[in-house]
Amino acid sequence: MAAAVELEGVNVTFGDFVAVRQANLTIEPGEFFSFLGPSGCGKTTLLRTISGFIEPTHGNVRIGGQDMKGIGPNRRPTALIFQNLALFPMMSVAENIGYGLRVRGVPRHERDEKVKNLLIQVALTEHGHKRVAELSGGQKQRVAIARALAVEPKVLLLDEPLSALDLKLRQHMRTELRAIQKKVGITFIYITHDQGEALTMSDRIAVMNAGVIEQVGDGRAVYAEPRTPFVAAFVGENNQIRGRITQVADGFATLETPLGLLKGRNPVGLGAGEEALLFVRPEALRLGHDGQANGSGFEAETLDVAYEGSVTHVTLRVRTGQKITATLGAGSALPAPGEMLCLGFAPQDGLLLKRPERA
Amino acid sequence: MTVSPFQRILFALYIAIFFIYLLGPLAVMGASAFNTPEYPQVWPFEGFTLDWFGKLFADQDMMYGLKMSLWIGLLVVCISVPIGLAGAIVMTQITPRARSLYYLVVVSPVLTPGIIIGISTVVFWRQFTGQTGTRFLYDGVILTVFGQASFISAYCMLIILARLQRFDRAQEEAALDLGASYPQVFFHILLPFLKPALFSAAVLAFLSSFENYNTTTFSILAEKTLTTVLAGRMRQGTTPAISALAVIIVAVTVLGAIVYEILKRRADAAAVQRQRAAQAAEEEELAGMPSPAPA
Amino acid sequence: MSGIGGLTLTIGLPLVAALVLVALSAYERRAGAATGPGFFQRNGLAIGLYLVVAVGFWAFFIILLPQLAMVDMSFRPKLPPAQMGGPKDLYTLENYRYFLFGSTTSTAEWNWIHIKAFFLTIGVSVVITAFNFVICYPLAFHMAQSATLARLRMLLLLLIIPYWVNEILRAFAFRVLLSSGGIINQLLMGSGITSEPFDFLAADIGLYMGLSYAYLLMMIFPLYNAIESLDKNQIEAARDLGAPWWHIHAFIVMPHSKPGIASGCTLVFMLTAGALAAPLVLGGPRTLWFTPIVYDRFYQAFNWPQGAAYALILLVTCIVFVLVVLKAFRLSLGEITR
Ligand SMILES: Nc1ncnc2c1ncn2[C@@H]1O[C@H](COP(=O)(O)OP(=O)(O)OP(=O)(O)O)[C@@H](O)[C@H]1O
Ligand SMILES: [Mg+2]
Repeated sequence: MAAAVELEGVNVTFGDFVAVRQANLTIEPGEFFSFLGPSGCGKTTLLRTISGFIEPTHGNVRIGGQDMKGIGPNRRPTALIFQNLALFPMMSVAENIGYGLRVRGVPRHERDEKVKNLLIQVALTEHGHKRVAELSGGQKQRVAIARALAVEPKVLLLDEPLSALDLKLRQHMRTELRAIQKKVGITFIYITHDQGEALTMSDRIAVMNAGVIEQVGDGRAVYAEPRTPFVAAFVGENNQIRGRITQVADGFATLETPLGLLKGRNPVGLGAGEEALLFVRPEALRLGHDGQANGSGFEAETLDVAYEGSVTHVTLRVRTGQKITATLGAGSALPAPGEMLCLGFAPQDGLLLKRPERA
Repeated sequence: MTVSPFQRILFALYIAIFFIYLLGPLAVMGASAFNTPEYPQVWPFEGFTLDWFGKLFADQDMMYGLKMSLWIGLLVVCISVPIGLAGAIVMTQITPRARSLYYLVVVSPVLTPGIIIGISTVVFWRQFTGQTGTRFLYDGVILTVFGQASFISAYCMLIILARLQRFDRAQEEAALDLGASYPQVFFHILLPFLKPALFSAAVLAFLSSFENYNTTTFSILAEKTLTTVLAGRMRQGTTPAISALAVIIVAVTVLGAIVYEILKRRADAAAVQRQRAAQAAEEEELAGMPSPAPA
Repeated sequence: MSGIGGLTLTIGLPLVAALVLVALSAYERRAGAATGPGFFQRNGLAIGLYLVVAVGFWAFFIILLPQLAMVDMSFRPKLPPAQMGGPKDLYTLENYRYFLFGSTTSTAEWNWIHIKAFFLTIGVSVVITAFNFVICYPLAFHMAQSATLARLRMLLLLLIIPYWVNEILRAFAFRVLLSSGGIINQLLMGSGITSEPFDFLAADIGLYMGLSYAYLLMMIFPLYNAIESLDKNQIEAARDLGAPWWHIHAFIVMPHSKPGIASGCTLVFMLTAGALAAPLVLGGPRTLWFTPIVYDRFYQAFNWPQGAAYALILLVTCIVFVLVVLKAFRLSLGEITR
C-alpha cells in the first residue's frame, strides 16, 4: 500500500525567505501524525503545501503514491480544517457539512442521508438546521470535522484546530479527535505548537524549527531520544550544559565543562575534541550533600523551591551563574533556599548532542 | 464638562434652525401641492385640493420622462453593480504598485463634476460610433447609462470594497479544499457574503441614477428623463404639479427608510438571538465536562 | 481623436495597458513581491474574464477614453462634419484664447463675462463650502459623540428624507419659498419690514442659498462618519485635563476627522462649482455662473470644441482644488473617498 503522504525534498520560499527547507517525510496510511514547532516555523506553510494552496518551490508532494504537481486544492484527496475553522456563516450546519458533496454533484437524497449519518457521528443530530453562529465552540469544531469527513478524504489536515478553545474543552477534544480518527481510520496530519497535544494524540511527531524538520519519531522518541539540541530543548523541560568532548567509550562520552567532567550518552557519535551540549532532564537530577559515587556531579546553590504536591520544582544556580531546574518526586527531602547542594545524574540520563555552529 | 442652560438652549436653537433650513423649504413646497392657486404658494391657503396630483399624472411628458428614468435606473443598476463588483475584486488582487494608479482612475469620476462626465461621454461616443460604423449606439439612453455608470460604478465599488475587505480568505480556501471549482466558490461563497453590500449598491445606484441631472442633461440627446423634463418645465414657469411630484418622492423615500429600519431591526434581533443561543450552548457544554486535570 | 489615429488610440490604449499590467505582475512575481496563484488561476477562467472585461470596459470606455476625447476636442477648431479629419483639422489653442479674450471681432480687451463668471463660481463655491462646513460640524459632532441612540436614529431619518429629492426639486423649493408671492416675502411684508416684495432671485441670494442647501447633506455624512470613529474616551480624557472646548475641537476632534472634513469639502466644492440645476432654476437673467455658459457652448452656440475647452477648465480647477485639499490636510486620495 502506498504511503498516505510523501514529501520529497520540499522547499517553499517566499521571495528570499525560506519557509520550508528540504522536507523529506513519509506518512503512513491511518497514522495520526503531528507537526510540532514554535510559532512561525513553517508548519502552516507545509500543511498548505500538502493541501495544494502552495506549490513547493522545489521537490515533490505525493499523496497515495500519486504526484500532486499541478493538481489544485480542489482536486486533491485531502481535507483541511482551518485554524479559524472557516465555516460558512450563510449556510446551516447541515448545508455546511453537505457542501463538499453538493459541489461534487451528489444527488440530494444521497447527500441528506450522508449528512444525517455524519451529524450522528459528531453528536449534532439536533442541530442540523441551525446557523453556525448559534453553536458553541466545541460544536463548531465538530461541524468542521464532519464537513471535512463528508468528502471522504484520504488525509485529514488539521491546523491547530483546538487553539481557540477553552482549556477545559481543549483537553476534552483531544480525546474526542483521537477517537474519531480511530473510528474513521484515515490519516490525520495535525499541527500544533502545544507539545502536550502532540505527545498525547500522535502516533508519530515531526518536530520543526525555522523551516527544517529536525526529527521524526513517536512521542517517546522525541522526548527521550532527541537527536538535535533544538528537539531536546523544545520538547519537555531540559537543562543544558556546554562543553568539549574529552573521551569517548562504548556509547558514552565525557564532557569537559566549567562544572567539571560530566559523563553522558553519546548517541550521535561525537568524537573527542568536538563542541557539545549535555542535556539532563530536571527529573533525572538527584540532589545530594556530597559527591556522587557513580555518575557525574557538580555543586549548586538552591534559589527557589516550588512545592506542587505531587512534584517539587527546585531552581538552583551553579558556579557559572547558569540556572538549573530539578524536579523532585513526592516524598523526597526538600532543600532550603540558600543551601549548597551537590547535583548528580546517572550517565544514561545525560545526553550529549552536537552543538550547533551559532548557539 | 458642565453645560450651562444657556448653552443648552443655544444648541437646541441651532438644531431647530438647521432642520428648519433643511426641511422647511421642502415642507413649504409640499404644502403648495395641496393649495388651489395656479402658482405654487402656501399662503394664503385658498383651498385644499388633490388636483395637482391628477395633473401630474396626466402630464404625458412627465410620465414619459418618469418611465425613461426608471428604465435608465434599472439599466444602470444592471451595469454598475457588476462593474463595481469586478472593480472591487480586482482592487483586492492587483499588485500593490498598480493599485494606486488603478484606484486613481476608477475613483476619479466621483470627484469629477457631473456635467464634465456628461460632456466627455457624448464627445467620445459621437466620434467612436461614427468611426466604427456603430451609429445605432449613439443613443440618448445608452449614452446616459454609460455616463452615469462611470461614477455610480465607483460608488458601488466603494460600498462593495468596504465589505470585501472584511472577507475571510479562508472561507474561499475552505470551499476549494472541499472540491468546489472557482466559479462555484464565487457563486456559493463570495456572492452570498457580499449580498448585503450588493443590495445596498443596487439601491444606491438606482437612486443616484434616478435623481441625476447634470450628467444626464448632456448625454440624453433627444431623449427625456424625469429630471430633464422637470428642468424644461422650470424654464417655462412653474405649477404646483411639480410640488406634487416632490411630495411623492419624499413620501416614497420615507416609506423606504421605514421599511429599511424595520428590516434592519429584525435582522439585528435575529443576530442577537443567535448569539444568545451560542452562549447558552457554550455554557451547557462546559458544564457537562470534567475539570481539566491539574497540569 | 479623429480619423485612423483616434481609432488606433481607442483600441490600442487598453491593449497597451493590459500588456503593461501583465509585464508588471510578471516582474513583481519574479522579484518575489507577489506570491500565490496568478490572476486566472485564482479566479478561474470565466470569472477572471468577467473581471477583466468589466473593469477594462469601465476604466477605458467609460472613464479614460471619454476624458481623453474631451481633452482632444478642446484643442481642435470648430469645423463642419465634412471637414473633420481634413487638412484644416489641426490642433489649436483657439478655444482657450476665446475664454480669455473673447471673439476676435469684439472690441473688448478681455472676455470679461466668462472670466468673471468663472472666478465668481470658484469664489462662491469656496465660500459655500466653508459655510456648509461651519453649519454642519456642530450637528455632526452632536450626532457622532453625544446623541442618544434613539435621538441619533431620529436625526438620521430627518436627514435622509431630503436626501433623494433631486437637485431641481430642491432648487424649485427655494423658488417657491423666495418668489415675490412666496412665504418669505409675505412674512417680510406682513411684519412691515418691507413694503415691496424683495426680488431674492435677481439679487442671486436665492441662487446662493439654494446651492448651499442642495449639498448640505454631502457635508454632514462624511463629517459624521469621521467623527464617529473617534474614541469618546479621548475627549473625556482631554476634558479631565481641563482642556477648553475649542481646544478639544481644534486639536483632537478635527485632526482625527481630517479625512471626513476633506471628503465633505471636496464633494461640496465639486458639486457646487459643477451645479447646473440651481443656476437654471434660481438664476436671474443676469446671473453669472460658469456651468450654464458651458452648457450654452454646446447647445446654444453649437461650438462643441469650445464647450470641451470650458469643461476642461472647470475640470482642471476641480482637480487643483482636490490636490490643494489633499496637500493641506496631508491625506491620500484613498482616505477621502471611503
Ligand atoms: N504568503 C507568505 N508570504 C511571505 N511570507 C510568508 C507567507 N506565509 C507565511 N510566511 C512566513 O513564513 C513563515 C512560516 O509561516 P507559517 O504560517 O507556516 O508558520 P506556523 O508555523 O504555522 O506559525 P503559527 O504557529 O504562528 O501558525 C513565517 O515567518 C511567515 O511570516
Ligand atoms: Mg500556523
